[in-house]
Amino acid sequence: MTCDEARILLHALLDNELDAGHAREVEAHIASCPACAAELSAQRDMQRVLADADLRYTAPASLRARIEASLPQPQPQRQQPSRRSVLRGFAMGSAVSALAASGVVALVLRQDDQQRILSEVVSAHLRSLQAGHLIDVVSTDQHTVKPWFNGKLDVAPPVIDLTAQGFTLVGGRLDYIDARAIGAVVYKRRQHVVNLFVSQTSNAEYRAPKTETMQGFNCRRWGNRGLNFWAVSDLAPDELAEFVDKFEAAMKG
Amino acid sequence: MPANDDLQKAQRFREAALPYLDDVYTLARYLLRDASDAEDAVQECYLRALKHFDSYRGPAMKPWLFAILRNVCNAEYARRAHRHSAIDDTPGAAEQTPIWQETEASPETEVLRSRDAGAIRKLIDALAEPFKETFVLREINNLSYREIAEAVGAPVGTVMSRLARARAMLRAAWTADEEQAR
Repeated sequence: MTCDEARILLHALLDNELDAGHAREVEAHIASCPACAAELSAQRDMQRVLADADLRYTAPASLRARIEASLPQPQPQRQQPSRRSVLRGFAMGSAVSALAASGVVALVLRQDDQQRILSEVVSAHLRSLQAGHLIDVVSTDQHTVKPWFNGKLDVAPPVIDLTAQGFTLVGGRLDYIDARAIGAVVYKRRQHVVNLFVSQTSNAEYRAPKTETMQGFNCRRWGNRGLNFWAVSDLAPDELAEFVDKFEAAMKG
Repeated sequence: MPANDDLQKAQRFREAALPYLDDVYTLARYLLRDASDAEDAVQECYLRALKHFDSYRGPAMKPWLFAILRNVCNAEYARRAHRHSAIDDTPGAAEQTPIWQETEASPETEVLRSRDAGAIRKLIDALAEPFKETFVLREINNLSYREIAEAVGAPVGTVMSRLARARAMLRAAWTADEEQAR
């Protein structure tokens, strides 16, 4: 055996990957070659130091939750509202008496919950603007985008082509807001991207659109037909409002 | 509401794949060197794994997940290359470096001092691909040579020589680092 061969095989020896025959050959070479013997002992030494160090990483709990949330869930939320969706019920102002009963604490929670979801929506929008992240299914055809969501979400978002109204449908994407998988439908006006995030809610009441601003993006949110909508874009507020009006008009039509 | 066999499939997938989340995340951290990119890649890996779970026939879940993660990471490399016009790893050059030159300089008796995990991670991070990947799969994720070969789609002989080179490079970097610190 040459030194070149031994210097590769000694690693397999260290890792207990050699059969008895090859192991004997390597050991015989090492017994007669001080340089290779030194290399083996140096490598064994390094392996020992490495084994003592904790070099693994632990996945963040939020990542685990996101993956869990993306798996098909046995309990759809409308049957048994979680604590969080109850809070969201407060957030939408539907349970006025309950809100009054729980007083200031609930008010604070409501604010926090809303702000947190708004900030998650804006982050998701920002993330989507990075190259290659915008669209999972690329199509200007609503009949392609809509079925793509089926089976990926409990409730597929409405997909409407608004090209004639000045907002071009460019595709769809799965995203994660509030630790749940939700649908995002992507539109463009000129070079501006509009992400329309849609999630299911137990609250079927209509809630009028309202515009908020965060990190320079405008977000217009509203609720209708048991769905929450967030339209996020760097479009000016009046153009974003126009988008929402056109969308709602097309839904009615 | 998802169909019942979807739920059963999700449950089987959860039991089979989620216990390896830390392993997959660890590999992603070393391959991408960025915590948030690693999270995205791992999430994408699990989405793809679930999608292809029906066609999964074994033998081992870990190398299968790693193989999927590699594909996701390669897409991420391509995205970065697009953004920066070059990846900082240059496998070509490293592949041409003679394997033994690094060790010749180091005295035979030198014993490596124990280092804290952060310092060692930095040394590992600096290894060029495909050596780093092989090294992490063996030394940190504890895969056998055959499992590494499955995960990276290379023959066992290639795995063995990459591992030898990875360890030689790491040891050289380690001793150089110690000399500098001295």
